[in-house]
Amino acid sequence: MSGLGDVYRENLEDLYREIILDHYRSPRNRGELATPPAHRAEGFNPLCGDEVVVYAAVEDGVVTDVRISGQGCSISQSSASMMSAAVKGQPVAEARRLLRAFKSMMSIHESSLGGEAGGVSRARGGEGAVEADEADEPAPVDVESLGELAALQGVVKFPVRIKCATLSWNTLAQVLAEAEAGGAGTGAEAVG
Amino acid sequence: MAAVSGAAGTGAAVSGLDPVAVRRDFPLLMAPHAGGRLVYLDSAASSQRPRQVLEAMDDYYETTHANVHRGVYAIAEEATRRFEAARHAAGRLIGAARPATEIVFTKNVTEAVNLVAYSWGRANLAPGDAIVLTEIEHHANLVPWLMLAEERQLELRYLRLGEDYRLELSNLDELLDGAKLLGITCASNVLGTVVDLEPLVAAAHDAGAVVLADAAQLVPHRPVDVAALGVDFLGFTGHKMLGPTGIGVLYGREELLEAMPPFLGGGEMIRDVRLDGFTPNELPWKFEAGTPPIAEAIGLHAAIRYLEAIGLEAVAEHEDSLTAHAVGRLQDAFGEDITIFGPDPALGRRGGAISFAFKDLHPHDVAQVLDSRRVCVRAGHHCAKPLMRRLGVQATTRASLYLYNDEDDVSELVGALRAVADFFA
Repeated sequence: MSGLGDVYRENLEDLYREIILDHYRSPRNRGELATPPAHRAEGFNPLCGDEVVVYAAVEDGVVTDVRISGQGCSISQSSASMMSAAVKGQPVAEARRLLRAFKSMMSIHESSLGGEAGGVSRARGGEGAVEADEADEPAPVDVESLGELAALQGVVKFPVRIKCATLSWNTLAQVLAEAEAGGAGTGAEAVG
Repeated sequence: MAAVSGAAGTGAAVSGLDPVAVRRDFPLLMAPHAGGRLVYLDSAASSQRPRQVLEAMDDYYETTHANVHRGVYAIAEEATRRFEAARHAAGRLIGAARPATEIVFTKNVTEAVNLVAYSWGRANLAPGDAIVLTEIEHHANLVPWLMLAEERQLELRYLRLGEDYRLELSNLDELLDGAKLLGITCASNVLGTVVDLEPLVAAAHDAGAVVLADAAQLVPHRPVDVAALGVDFLGFTGHKMLGPTGIGVLYGREELLEAMPPFLGGGEMIRDVRLDGFTPNELPWKFEAGTPPIAEAIGLHAAIRYLEAIGLEAVAEHEDSLTAHAVGRLQDAFGEDITIFGPDPALGRRGGAISFAFKDLHPHDVAQVLDSRRVCVRAGHHCAKPLMRRLGVQATTRASLYLYNDEDDVSELVGALRAVADFFA
């Protein structure tokens, strides 16, 4: 058991990579967007009370702007910040690809937990959510294509925290579904 | 029981409890963890257990396991004897006048409250009836009543949190007026607030209400006497008092239990079953459907013996002084960087649950870094979401103390919190 200490510390440094702490201390794209024309969804983590609100403006199939509000732990807040930076300015199709790849990276433990930590499968929020569930099935991991988002892969060693990291992405799925459905996008909810 | 009658017991008689000697009885606390000693500060969630408890359970399974109240062969008789001895021990611990009928084994306090809500509540509460709870309750003493209130259209009234994190009692008589039940915690699992129950029970009885006390955070830590408290129902749980999980106790006054219909139906709880009906068993088995948690009851008995050998007065004194020490150390070390949500130990007795906010950090981040220093604390809403809303927080970090904790543990916590501050600086 004596070696466990080093493993714990290494894991901790894996969990809180410098780039994650940077996004936590200086979150990108904080704020709100007027709805409409933008779309809005809220995500909650019932375990720790984390909440995230994602606003997205979608024009001609491109995510032209993203804003994040809400509060939570460093992992949920930095993940939301990194997500906003990654998808802003990207075509919706690319945002969905990132979503699938990110969920896939985070699903290693989700599957071993028998779905307990599963986010997408428990997302709710009307017909749009069902569409998002089908569209956002985890794809094979392509960590390299995730860029700096790959820094969050250390989270999978801490199963309880996976929900923190996936919360903003599940909420983004709701916003994109709302946008595609053409609704006003004010009432969607995701459970992380 | 070597360490109890030896080092820890001797120490208790002379100069209070010796937590280092106590710790030697706890295999999990003595085992190396991550290259060092585990600093376990989460006993309000679940305590650890001494080897005396583990050995009592092993001995039962290895020598005399059989179902209780059924077989006429020797090991079945012995299993029944040990199971019922646990009931008497639990009754004696809390001063029940008639342990043989007034102590019902449940799974935990949650089941004890559900039993009262389902059985007593359905038999005694009608639409429009009022019950009084408090906003510092654990979900275990909230949700069963919310469920019944929905079903029976009951009026729920709440005692609010007042000064120094204690209950506001100025409107007590008004709330109790016409109420049928007061459901109240004896000690908050979040704030550490210990409720002065006697005047509340007297006021409730004057108003014609029965009293259900959630003693999950009291029985493990202080002497409790249901006769002196005057409560009608009281629940406590084994795993927070050095015993195993899966065993809890509902104390109920005999007249009340006698008049109540059964809760769960099945084997054990019946005297006769016909194809067109049944006759319930007598107390307390009327409320114990199915094969009970026998080894767990025997483990609880061993835990009770352990606590009684040390003395719950000694446990309470130790925790009082350690809690005051810990609150003082945290405030001295971190000043305005820490907010403790709980009564000032200088102003009166409080329990050893110390909930706090640290800087502007999320409790999960605090607890995660503490874990890397082998310090185990709870981070979250502690199954008390209405209280979290009242405090204006999403969650808190909670360190909770018990008989095996000492000032070294507090120093480890303070040092680890410094590491948290550095890590997120």
